[in-house]
Amino acid sequence: MISEKMDERARTGREKENGQSGEAPAKRQESSRAVTEKAAGLSAERIAYLEGLVRQARTAAAVFTQYTQEDVDRIVKAMVLAGLANAEHLARLAIEETKIGVLEDKVIKNMVATEFVYNYVKDKRTVGTIHEYPERGIVEVAAPIGVIFSLTPITNPTSTVLFKCIMAIKTRNAVIFSPHPSAWRCCWEAVKIMAETAVKHGAPEGVFTCLESHTLEDNAYVMRHKDVGLIDATGGPGAVKAAYSSGKPALGVGAGNTPVYLEKTADLDMAVVDIIVSKTFDNGTICASEQTVVIDDEIYDLVLEKFAGLGAHICSAKETELLGRTVIDPKTGSMSPMAVGQKATDIARMVGISVKPNTKLLIAPIQGVGREHPLSVEKLFPVLGVYRARSVAEALKVCIDVNHLGGLGHTAVIFSRNDDVIQKFGEAMNAGRIIVNSPGSIGALGGVYNDMVPTFSFGCGTGGGNSTMDNVNIYHYLNIKRLARRTPPQMWFRVPNQIYFNRNAVENIRQFPSRSTIIVTNPSMEQFGHVDTVRRYLPAGTQVHVEVIPDAEPEAKVVMKGVETLNFYKADQIIALGGGSVIDAAKVMRLKYESPEADLEELAAPFLDLRKRVIQFPTVKTNRARLIAIATTSGTGSEVTPFAVLFDKEHGRKVTLADYSLSPDVAIVDPQFVMSMPKGLTADTGIDALTHALEAAVSVFASPYTDANALQAIPLIFKYLPIAYEHPRDEAARTMMHNASCLAAMAFSNAAVGVNHALAHSFGARFHVAHGRANALMLPHVIRYNASVPTKFMPSPNQVAYVADKKYAAMADGLGLGGRTTEEKVNHLVEAIEQLLDRLAVPRSIAELGISKEEFERAMPDLVKLAFEDPSWRSNPRMPLMSELVELFWKAYEGRGVASRAGVEPRLTA
Amino acid sequence: MATSAGWQTTDAEVGAPSWQAAREKVERAEGEVVVDCSAVGRIDPKALRALEDLADVADIKGVKVALRGVSIEMYKVLKLVKLGSRFSFLP
Repeated sequence: MISEKMDERARTGREKENGQSGEAPAKRQESSRAVTEKAAGLSAERIAYLEGLVRQARTAAAVFTQYTQEDVDRIVKAMVLAGLANAEHLARLAIEETKIGVLEDKVIKNMVATEFVYNYVKDKRTVGTIHEYPERGIVEVAAPIGVIFSLTPITNPTSTVLFKCIMAIKTRNAVIFSPHPSAWRCCWEAVKIMAETAVKHGAPEGVFTCLESHTLEDNAYVMRHKDVGLIDATGGPGAVKAAYSSGKPALGVGAGNTPVYLEKTADLDMAVVDIIVSKTFDNGTICASEQTVVIDDEIYDLVLEKFAGLGAHICSAKETELLGRTVIDPKTGSMSPMAVGQKATDIARMVGISVKPNTKLLIAPIQGVGREHPLSVEKLFPVLGVYRARSVAEALKVCIDVNHLGGLGHTAVIFSRNDDVIQKFGEAMNAGRIIVNSPGSIGALGGVYNDMVPTFSFGCGTGGGNSTMDNVNIYHYLNIKRLARRTPPQMWFRVPNQIYFNRNAVENIRQFPSRSTIIVTNPSMEQFGHVDTVRRYLPAGTQVHVEVIPDAEPEAKVVMKGVETLNFYKADQIIALGGGSVIDAAKVMRLKYESPEADLEELAAPFLDLRKRVIQFPTVKTNRARLIAIATTSGTGSEVTPFAVLFDKEHGRKVTLADYSLSPDVAIVDPQFVMSMPKGLTADTGIDALTHALEAAVSVFASPYTDANALQAIPLIFKYLPIAYEHPRDEAARTMMHNASCLAAMAFSNAAVGVNHALAHSFGARFHVAHGRANALMLPHVIRYNASVPTKFMPSPNQVAYVADKKYAAMADGLGLGGRTTEEKVNHLVEAIEQLLDRLAVPRSIAELGISKEEFERAMPDLVKLAFEDPSWRSNPRMPLMSELVELFWKAYEGRGVASRAGVEPRLTA
Repeated sequence: MATSAGWQTTDAEVGAPSWQAAREKVERAEGEVVVDCSAVGRIDPKALRALEDLADVADIKGVKVALRGVSIEMYKVLKLVKLGSRFSFLP
């Protein structure tokens, strides 16, 4: 007999006193002493007994981890059949012992706890992989909890045990039961039947045990035991509170006070029968059963008549008062235990009310909710409060009051055909189960009147002080692990869908019809005659207005003046003719023209991932003004990029806007517009293009698509930039540099830039140095920095390893620079860049610009702050520490060869 | 039979998952004993109790017990019942 084995094991535990704990003997004695000292009120013998139970459960749980899904399913099925076969036997025992409830209903409960629960769990996977989400790369793997300490109630004793045993075996857990003392014998029998059947069909010995003649101290000891993984406390508030106070993970579920709204559109015959079925089921012992029915005034009398016609006794005011004084304890305001689970006729007799012999239910009209209305509390017996409501609002309010009078999080019921009222009720109630047009108690159990998960344990959420609001089920008995595979991020490559390049590409603008075109440009473009060139190719009949903006990085006020022009001329086409500043200004003009509400400051909010940014740009209009960008420098690439940089004069900083809605619709890369570029501008913008390509190539967002463009641009720039610089009228060189600039821009439009740009933006804004020149000052130092092992790696799902150094080496190979090792190749690349910068006569140190060391040192905190706030570095392969930004600034200050000069210490002044 | 397991020299080796036999070996042995668990499919509570006894006897006798060929599943069970630290493990 399993019970004998259980007894024997318990005895063995007492005799051996920790002798089998698995720990080394000395340690065992020590821990035993410590435990004994802590367990005030428990004898050493009792502790040894409890330790024996826990140890036995721990062993069973450990052994159980080896079982397969097929093993547990086989055992569960056998247990369910045993439970069904013993449903009446156990129900009878429960009735005999507890004197609560109805035999026939307890049989049904035992059957629901086995058959219905089995129906829910039978096809569920609870061992190993239980769910797979291949599209998300997630696999959920179930692991048992181990030892569960389970408290079971007096009201549903055997059904709760059956239910929890099935859940435990299905999830490979061992359970130590602590039944309500007044239902111990029937629960012991239920545990025994389940344990015998489980072990007979292969479950590990000791998988279920039951505390004998236990006390609250016993419970407290086991609850706090280090080898108990979870407490599942179904019962009164005391048990639930003890469980939650133990410091252990707990499923504490407890009392309710179910309000019912019987609304005037309801099917009254159905409602009345359902309420009677539910409230009389097992004499009202299910905590989800109806407690107070709030009835619309229009149907109130009719409903009571129907109740009376089906065997309910409608109490007079005097009877109600008498009932309230008797079945509710006036001291505590709670139901009297002697009434729990008793028949209506017995309660009537107890109180002294005369009722018909076949009376099923006592209905007590109440005038309010609260302590002064005793029958408005939970009553686990067939006494039902009823309240007449004059409106939906009043009805909902009273239901809320009932809900808040000890029933938070539990169950609420509504009978109605009005979906709006049902919805309102659902929103108003704080209940895990809101049962619609069906009996509360059986409805809440799930699987009978609805598709909720079958349970004998109702989670009441935080309102009820519980950790869950669910119908407690197998998933609460599992640790579900998530195996998350690395998923390649979705990438993109977005550029304007029309890019026209090579000489006379500008002719293509004649294919774009327009009523009103605004040419945004700067004074020098007019002087060079470029504006006239553009005008020449616009279709006949196009009204053209030229908006000339200053030849400098645009400020917001310049943009807003342009927007006024766009509005005035109702522009349907904008042609940006100029360098990066002009094109950027035109991008923002279009944005504000089409979305005046757009807040530029807000749109410039920082973000880590373009796709997950908090601030979204306005939705692109379907008939938006066309933006044609004609680049007149070979560097910024603004003609194809989604970026726009504004200058914030007030704060001395650059504000970067980034969104693909900013990208021009058409890009014109025509070398005729760059033939007149001065040498200095050729050098500065050319280095900007080179920086774009280099940074895009090593960016954490680099992809084969961006690499194709970046790695094509780099050799073109190395070859043609010096020629364009030294021979400005060399059209072939100008053409290739113009194309290289656009290629680099397409790369960084999609892979972004890096820390070089963050440093250059900060430094350029603070000391008013041209962007390309600022980039040049940083470039050799940043490459060396990125090519070395990072102090801090940049988290990057798109990269499978740190490849920046290897990519630089590949660039060196592409340039034919030679070298055997990666380090040599990186050094050769830096040297080649140094030589290129020398050839372009670019200043090689910040010091050369006439900025004193003292001034630079004073500016350092601001420089570092601005650089760190700049979004550019977030795609850098190496995450820059602020101290490293300081170091890089100083290297740029010192200039060439600083990295190899001995004795130069970085000044950490940020 | 003395065997060498690289870093560990053994004085006796038990080749079958007979826990009683293993215990007897341990009682008679000195130094170290290897228990071959490679044939153990699933360990049950009875076997766990036997292993615990084995560990107790080994402690008293001052013998080290090494388990060979323990499956991942069995290793996990030994960790859960806190027996893992009382044995050494051989591949």
